[in-house]
Amino acid sequence: MATAELTASDYIQHHLTNLTLGWLPDQGLVFAHNAEEAAAMGFWALHVDSLFWSIGLGVLFLIGFRKVADNVTAGVPGKAQNFIEWIVDFVNENVRGSFSAKNDMVAPLALTIFAWVFLMNLMDLVPVDLIPWAFGQFMGLFGADPHHVYMRVVPTTDPNITFGMALAVFFLVLYYSIKIKGMGGFVGELTLHPFGKFGMPANLVLEGISLLSKPLSLSLRLFGNMYAGEMIFILVALMYGHNMVLSLGGGVLQLAWAIFHILIITLQAFIFMVLTIVYLDMAHQTDH
Amino acid sequence: MNINLTLISQMVVFAIFVAFCMKYVWPPIMKALDERATKIAEGLAAAERGQQEQEIGRQKALEEMKAAKTKAADIVAQAQKRYNEVLDEAKRDAQGEADRIKTAAHAEIEQETNRAREELRERMATLAVAAAEKVLEKEVDASAHKALLDSFAKQL
Repeated sequence: MATAELTASDYIQHHLTNLTLGWLPDQGLVFAHNAEEAAAMGFWALHVDSLFWSIGLGVLFLIGFRKVADNVTAGVPGKAQNFIEWIVDFVNENVRGSFSAKNDMVAPLALTIFAWVFLMNLMDLVPVDLIPWAFGQFMGLFGADPHHVYMRVVPTTDPNITFGMALAVFFLVLYYSIKIKGMGGFVGELTLHPFGKFGMPANLVLEGISLLSKPLSLSLRLFGNMYAGEMIFILVALMYGHNMVLSLGGGVLQLAWAIFHILIITLQAFIFMVLTIVYLDMAHQTDH
Repeated sequence: MNINLTLISQMVVFAIFVAFCMKYVWPPIMKALDERATKIAEGLAAAERGQQEQEIGRQKALEEMKAAKTKAADIVAQAQKRYNEVLDEAKRDAQGEADRIKTAAHAEIEQETNRAREELRERMATLAVAAAEKVLEKEVDASAHKALLDSFAKQL
């Protein structure tokens, strides 16, 4: 809905700015009114929209699963239980296939990642303007200027969210590496391969990079895919409202991209889960 | 696109969600799945057992049937034998009874005959005496001539 007073770049900018809550030196604790203010808030700021949708969807997932788990039966399952069991079974198969050590945390972790990331990605299929527009109108009731009310509904297009999850996984990898192999074993793994002990610095650089690339690739893959996907939805949305042909073309494109995106959001959730399992499996391997 | 506190918040939330999932979601569902797997395995085993038992039962039933048939044939044969025995006995009894009745009848007939003969003889004697009285025109002393009359009667 690129209106006359809003240029295309403004529109895109608006869509890519988070609802940021933070301190400004001259205004105290406020929501940022534009991207510059958001940047000025520095590290001690919160993306309220990302966190809201992330937590909301996470809670939705847990409540849904918990409800089924409460009434779970070993007999004939109902429809909801059937569906949940299908997902649980799928995750369990993957964990069993890739994770050889014994750890009761990995499977629930994988399930949480898969379902949660999937739900967060799924928000990408909600028409890009719908929720931000509604939220802008809603905040307008309280006297805010809708053009400066930001709302990003897809948490996984926020690097904070993807890095947060990837870092959590990374810390788990470090924790289990040290727990299983011992500090010496872990340091040895980082320094004694692949060139033996005389190539220690080179080993450290190589292994260090490979270790650090894990959370980086994990989070950037998800973020990149979702960000690009959202960007395309935004660009397609720019086609609306000019004339009939462009609007129709936009409609077709949006539908086509949304259908293709169903694959991507599922795939990205799946990849995040599988890589987490694999990284944790590597952390549990004692023989290198 | 700024990295800020959101990142740490997300990490904390993530940890909480995983902990919740690990404690309240995964175990009951997994338990149910395992239980069902066990149930199904047991059910399959039971079905297998049932089939075997059915086979055994069928064999048993066949044997029973065979035994019953043999027994029935035995009983029929015995009954036949007994029937013949009873028949023979009855025949024998009937024959005996018939013989007895026949003997009794013979004896009676004999008796009757004797009695008739005796009566006839006595009548003859009386008749003869009467005839003789008529002939002699005089009273014959029956008692005095009894021996004579008796011998006379015997010759008749």
